[in-house]
Amino acid sequence: MKITNQEYNEMLKASSPNTKLHMTLPKAFIIGGFICVIGEVFLKLYERYGAGRETAAMLTSITLIAVSAILTGFKLYDKIAKHAGAGTIVPITGFANAVVAPALEFKTEGFILGVGAKMFIIAGPVIVYGIAASVFYGLIYYISGTVPV
Amino acid sequence: MFMDFLWAFVIGGTLCLIGQLLIDLTKLNPARILVTFVVAGVLLGGVGLYKPLVDFAGAGATVPLTGFGYLLSEGVQKAVGEKGLLGIFTGGFTAAASGIAAVVVFALIVAMLFKRGDKMT
Repeated sequence: MKITNQEYNEMLKASSPNTKLHMTLPKAFIIGGFICVIGEVFLKLYERYGAGRETAAMLTSITLIAVSAILTGFKLYDKIAKHAGAGTIVPITGFANAVVAPALEFKTEGFILGVGAKMFIIAGPVIVYGIAASVFYGLIYYISGTVPV
Repeated sequence: MFMDFLWAFVIGGTLCLIGQLLIDLTKLNPARILVTFVVAGVLLGGVGLYKPLVDFAGAGATVPLTGFGYLLSEGVQKAVGEKGLLGIFTGGFTAAASGIAAVVVFALIVAMLFKRGDKMT
């Protein structure tokens, strides 16, 4: 059977499951929001034990990364992610999952080129463009500080 | 106190909802979403729009990856203030250090302790 590109795109659209916005959006909102509430609990806890706002936020991130790493190890994070979509991708736990999951997945290729290299398959681009943006911004900030506009 | 949790939920949820819209309506895959959110966080932090959101929503703004980007922009600002020109290059990694170190070490530990097929059930 011969099909044109346009026909193929229509077929793809019809069989594509993630176009049900009324399902995906509330799930992403609720699960993503819930992860942030857990973050807020840790934030308040660390602040109560004397951490400053900034330190508490960093400790919260480390805690969420650790929790996400363990859940990823037990394959539970992916189970939640199946339903949550961006709700589990956008929070820092999603970033952690994107590092831990390939690290574990490519363990069979050894600890150097498997675990060590593949853990950056998604984190790599995030760090590259995040740092590049920060240097770009730093340059503008530096120039605007030294040259009176 | 209760309002803090409510706003963390609403703002954090909204940022995830924006991510879901990008996935469903465009061809952005998860890796691109993460990159987009971090860069957006740097830009929003740079122009001073993200800090009010952090003050208002707490973890609702710092837990999503835009918060990571905001952290980078804050780090650069601080480093340029302290070290001048050199700060342009040190600020981002300095601010991101704890997050990157944590994620790398925990990934390594999980890779050592778990097998590929390990399941809770």
